[in-house]
Parts: sequence; structure tokens; C-alpha cells
Amino acid sequence: MSRVVLDGVTKRFDGVVAVDDVSLEVGDREFLVLLGPSGCGKSTALRMIAGLEDPTAGTIRIGDRVVNEVEPKDRDVAMVFQSYALYPHMTVRGNIEFPLKSRRVEKTERERLVREAAASLGLDTLLDRKPAQLSGGQRQRVALARAIVRRPQAFLMDEPLSNLDAKLRVQTRAELIELQRRLEATVVYVTHDQVEAMTMGDRIAILDAGKLQQVGPPQEVYAAPANLFVARFIGTPPMNTIRGPVRKDGEGVAVALAGDVVPLEEGVARAVAASGADEVIVGVRPEHVAIGSAGAIRAVVTVVESLGHERHIVCRLEDDQMVIVRQPSDVAAPSERDHVALSADAANLHVFDAESGLRIGS
Amino acid sequence: MTDTGAAERALDLAESAPEPESRRRLGRRSKEALLAYALLLPAFVVFGVFVFYPFARNFEYALYRTPPFPGLPKTYVGFDQIGDVLSSHDFQNSVWVTILFLLYTVPIGVFLGLFLANLAHQKLKGIRAYRTIFSSTVATSVAAASVIFFTLLNPQVGLFTYWLGREGEISVLQDPKTALIAVSVTTIWQNLGLSFIVMSAGLQAIPDDLYEAARVDGASATRRFWRVTVPMLSPTIFFATVVGGILAFRAFGQIDLLTEGGPVQKTNVLVYAIYRQVFRNNNDGVAAVYAIALFLLVMMLTFIQMRFLERRVTYAR
Repeated sequence: MSRVVLDGVTKRFDGVVAVDDVSLEVGDREFLVLLGPSGCGKSTALRMIAGLEDPTAGTIRIGDRVVNEVEPKDRDVAMVFQSYALYPHMTVRGNIEFPLKSRRVEKTERERLVREAAASLGLDTLLDRKPAQLSGGQRQRVALARAIVRRPQAFLMDEPLSNLDAKLRVQTRAELIELQRRLEATVVYVTHDQVEAMTMGDRIAILDAGKLQQVGPPQEVYAAPANLFVARFIGTPPMNTIRGPVRKDGEGVAVALAGDVVPLEEGVARAVAASGADEVIVGVRPEHVAIGSAGAIRAVVTVVESLGHERHIVCRLEDDQMVIVRQPSDVAAPSERDHVALSADAANLHVFDAESGLRIGS
Repeated sequence: MTDTGAAERALDLAESAPEPESRRRLGRRSKEALLAYALLLPAFVVFGVFVFYPFARNFEYALYRTPPFPGLPKTYVGFDQIGDVLSSHDFQNSVWVTILFLLYTVPIGVFLGLFLANLAHQKLKGIRAYRTIFSSTVATSVAAASVIFFTLLNPQVGLFTYWLGREGEISVLQDPKTALIAVSVTTIWQNLGLSFIVMSAGLQAIPDDLYEAARVDGASATRRFWRVTVPMLSPTIFFATVVGGILAFRAFGQIDLLTEGGPVQKTNVLVYAIYRQVFRNNNDGVAAVYAIALFLLVMMLTFIQMRFLERRVTYAR
């Protein structure tokens, strides 16, 4: 296993920039998730690592080698496709041993490796079946077996779980992590599903419009999103973001929000003052908003969504901005059309520049 | 079309009439069946008049010997004529020529179509121009194609004659050793466009990620061709083989224009032999026997293809 390094990688298709100057290092035995909405360039980035697309600019390193000019077959990586891309005319055995046959691995060795890979994914009894005779989950495991059978330097996975039903996806997620730990594999994993990203990744790299937005461990990305895009993209329901003008008085810096003036924490206040921004966007996670009857920020409850273990309360502020509040299901819920007051601890506020969308303060 | 509309209107009227629940349901079903038969009738009539009736009459013809001069009555000879024809040298020659013609044209035609389709299945600028050129022979009539090759093979001025170093010698089309090959080459060229189009369509149906998976899995271009393209294309190849076979059996125009079945019957395939029996020899009795033989041969070939080729075909989901 080894590192994968992208250095200033750009990919342009007929004038459209799919990947824009991305630099990223995937450590040895690291599980890195490339996360982003569809069309953000994450799959293109992965395909460049695999060698299926040539970067327009920048270098890609796998291990100690620059692989820009290296054919996919010589890059020593394995790829798992969203569609699984199993060869429909070959049996499960044929599919798993295809990479070994292509590399002229000797027969007894080949049989041993196929047996091992099949056993580790519970495919022993299915070796003589054709892909058409398998369930979605089984096909997915065949695709994984085909990837692990030749012990590549890195695994590239392009939304491998998105064709599974919800229940199977949760189970396979755990199995995939276990497999990665056991093989001590370097994995680059592409997904648009932030739950997959949060639960599986050692680190998450978030892409939008071809640009790298933030790289970091899931908790860090969640706790301190680098910009508005990341703030809104990570978390369900997403972070509330409310726009308001900056008010400076003698003691500190505050933001005027829907009828109230909310003071900022000292460190953030200093940063806001230093940035000279007149208007900021304040972000607060739904679980950090408290609903009460007294308070300055007035809102009307529009919808109450109950999920069983928790509740999402959608409120409308006086100035029509929306705020979602997350509540445990064991506290009393407000009714729809109730007038309520909202409050949040200053420590839980994220402040972003209204123009650039960048985070202000730590 | 107007008949159908009228029938439907009639049905609508019938349906709107109040009827007891059970009777109405039964009535509707039989009315639907009636409509179905009504819609099938025109096709059935056309097939009946132009296919089934002649087909049946052909068997009858085979049992009567055609008189040497028109106007004399036909004589019923039972299976005698069939036996005579089947054991005749002319007939056996025609069967053999037909089989040779099939073997010369079909495998090479299918292979060339596959080869060209692969060449044109690239994401290159201007590849559409090549696709158009490769498929253009479809739009060429048999007559035009034959005239082109007739000129190319002309013993005095033909380009091919020059390339083959046969200037001043007997024409390739007159030489018993080469005539069938020359006709086969014309036929392969003529059918190449169709073969190319069919193969191209087949190639486009193969998902790209299979090739990408194979590339990452370490397969070379040759290996990708043999282990991915050919198996994935097997239904298409099968189809092209069947169609090529049918076209070979039906070949007539190029033979009529290039060789007229000669020299010494070396290009006298069954279809052409039938034509000669009917229109040159005025012997529809013998022609009928030839036609039955051709029918059986086509049926046998279809059976062989279904039985042995189709088993090796992968129908991907």
C-alpha cells in the first residue's frame, strides 16, 4: 500500500473545468473520502488517479512514482465502479481472476488468490454463478473481490454503495471499513452521501465546482466548516444560515438578526472586526438552537417533522428566513403556527463572510 | 386504416349499449378477438397470396414434368423428377457452389464488419466521416456495385486486372478458378456496410465501464477485444452471421450481371439456377425441385445456427 498525491491537478473538458487545481495527499493506509454534490468533479478526480482520464495540468503520484504518463494497467490500482462493471459473460470466478489472468499469474497461485478473496467476502459458494444470477449486494461483493484479489497499491471506489438498498448499504459500509482495516489498504472513496463520508472516512475532502473546499477528519469538518458550502453540505438537516448586518458598540461586535442583536464570542468578534465586513452570515446547527417562549428572536413554527428518535421543527423568522431546530423526541413539541422564541449559545455560532462565504475566526 | 377506425367506432357503439354485467364482459372479449382478427386479415391475405399459396403450389409443380414445348400438357411423374434432379450433376454443382459462396462471403464479411466497426468506434475528430464511408455500401444498389466491379475486373482496362498482373489474360470473371471468388468479393463489399452498421450498433451497446474496468484490471487492447468485445458482441455477431447467410442464399443480381452463372456453371448458385430453369429453359418442374432444395437447405442452416451458434451466445442483461 502506498500514498496517492495530487499536485495542482486540473481537468478541462472542452472548456468546462471539471477539476480545478486540486492538491491532495492520501496517506498510506488512509481511507479518504472525496465528497461533493453531483457534477463537482469528484469522479473525474478519481478517474484521473486510475488513469482513465488524463489531467490537463498537474501531477499525480502513486507511491513514489509520477503516473501521469503511466497506463491504467500499470498503475497498480484497483477500481470499484458504481455499476460494478462485472463481465456478464463470465462466472464469479472468471470475474475475480480476470485481473490475475491479465497479469499472467500462474494457475495454482491464481486459484489460491481467488479462493482467498472469495472467502473473505463470503462468495465461496457463488463462484460458478454468472453476475445475472446474483443479488445487488452479491454483485457488489464480487466487484470488491475483483479489486482486492491482486493486492494493489491503492483502491479507488466510485460510489460503490449507491446501488444498494438503504439497509444493505449500512451493513456494507461497516464491512467495507473492516475490510480496509484488515487489508491495511489505501482507499480513495468517492461519494455524494455525507453519511457515508462521515462514517467511513479517516478524512473527508469536499469538492464543489471542481475546487477543493476543505480537507479534514469528519468531526473537524463538521465542527468547523471552512466555508458556507461545507457548512450547508455537511449535516442533516443542514446548518441554519442567517444573514445579518454587523453592529459594533463599545463592548464588542454583534450581529443583528431578525429583531434581535446577537453578541459574538470574543475571538470571533475580533476577527469580524478585523475583516471589516459589514454583513455576515451566521450559521448554527439545528441541534444547537433552543426553542423557548421568551427571547428576542421571534419565529413562527411552520412544520414539525417527527422522525421517531428526534424531531425537526421548521421555523420562519420575522424577516422570512428559515431556521430548522432539532429536538429530542422526549421534550414537548411546539405546535404548527405557534409563536416561539429561538436562542443559541454564542459558542455554537459559526460566522461566515457574506461576500466570500469564508469562515471568520477559528 | 379507415376500416380499422370504422371497426373501432362500431365497437365503441356496441360497448356503450346497456347489457347485463356478465354478458357484457364476455361480449367485449370476443369483440376484441374479432377486432384482432380483422386487423390481422390484410397481412394474412398478402402473405397468403404471395407466400403461402405459391409455396404450396411449388410442391405440386415438383410432381409434374414440364413438356418440351409450351402448350403441351404437363405429365404427372410423382417423385421421379425429384429423384432425377437430386442425382443430376447440375443440381449437385449448384448446391456445392452455394455452400462455397456462403463460406467465402459470410465469415470474411462478418469479420471485416467487426474490424471496421472497432476502428470507427473511437472518440476521434472526423470519425463520423469514416462511419459514413464504411456504411455507404448499404446505399449502393447491386447493379451499381456490380458495374463498378465489372469495370475494375475488365481484362483490358480494369484496375484490379492490372494489380493482379493479368492484363491480356482471360478475365477473372471468365476463369473457372477465380469467377466465384470475384463474385464473392463483390458480395462481401456490397454487404460490408450492413455488417459494419450492425456491429457498430452492437459496440455502442457495450457499457464503457466494462472497458475501463478491464483497463484498470490490466488487460491489453487485444485481451480487451477477445475477452470483452467479442463475448459481449456475440448476439450481434450471431445476428450478422444469420443475416449474412440469408443474403448469401439470396444473391442474384451480382451473379446475373457479372457471370450469368458461368463459366461452366462455377457461379451458378441455387437461386440463379432456379431463375435459369424457369426463364431460360422454361422448365418450371425442375425449377420447383431446386426451390424445394433451397428451402430445405435454408431451413437446415437456420437450424444449425440456432442449435450450435446460439448456445455460445451471451445475452448480457
